[in-house]
Amino acid sequence: MTTNRDQKEDTQQTGNLLADAAFLEDIRRQMIKFATLQLGDGHLAEDAVQEALIGALKNASSFGGRAALKTWIFAILKYKITDTLRYKQRVVNASSLLHEDEEDEALSELFDRKGNWQRDERPVAWGNPEASLREKYFWSMFEACLERLPPKQARVFMMREFLELDADEICATMNLTTSNLHVLLHRSRLRLRECIENKWYLQGERNDQLP
Amino acid sequence: MINCRNATRLLSEAQERPLSITERMALKLHVIMCSGCQNFKDQMETLRLMTRAYAKRKNDHDE
Repeated sequence: MTTNRDQKEDTQQTGNLLADAAFLEDIRRQMIKFATLQLGDGHLAEDAVQEALIGALKNASSFGGRAALKTWIFAILKYKITDTLRYKQRVVNASSLLHEDEEDEALSELFDRKGNWQRDERPVAWGNPEASLREKYFWSMFEACLERLPPKQARVFMMREFLELDADEICATMNLTTSNLHVLLHRSRLRLRECIENKWYLQGERNDQLP
Repeated sequence: MINCRNATRLLSEAQERPLSITERMALKLHVIMCSGCQNFKDQMETLRLMTRAYAKRKNDHDE
């Protein structure tokens, strides 16, 4: 909780925040990373970030402080991304379909011929996941795992879990059938889960030697 | 008896749609006997929790 006085000082700072080169550069870097993951295209990501920042600059003075400003900038960015995705899907690109064929092979490493877990792929209990969320290194690992998902899987997963769109919206935006979507989400969850387990929970939950 | 691949598929789909009674029964039966899929089931909720926490962190990340 902030006091009224703190809030007032914070509001006065907001204008300065956008003039603060270090703050802008930092938030820009986060935005680019996020938008690239979503859009799977550096140029489109740059454009979306640029537009979101311009929109943010226009109304910056009405925001109370750093955290509120960031929340708001990312809200604009999410909106731009959804917009870009809608446009992009009208210009359907066949290239994103190519990746999916490689997928079945990868999944056959997880399950045996009868469709049951391979012995060393069987999920283990994750102990106390909430504790992990407080660890700084957990998040760089989590981000690395997200980035390793095949592009289309990463996109639908993030639309579902990060942007919290419902299945119908994602199908319409990505031009997918419901069963396509279920397959993509199933695969993305299998992979992400496996990555997190291997990189975190089977490493004793900590990795202090990482930078 | 459904296999692990199908059990995980249903557990994933349950994040998007309500499962039918038949699906829920088949799943329950499988999960009781399969610790791997029991863990997978718990992790579906955890994964959602993690991604939302990650989103929130992105939003109000203090440097």
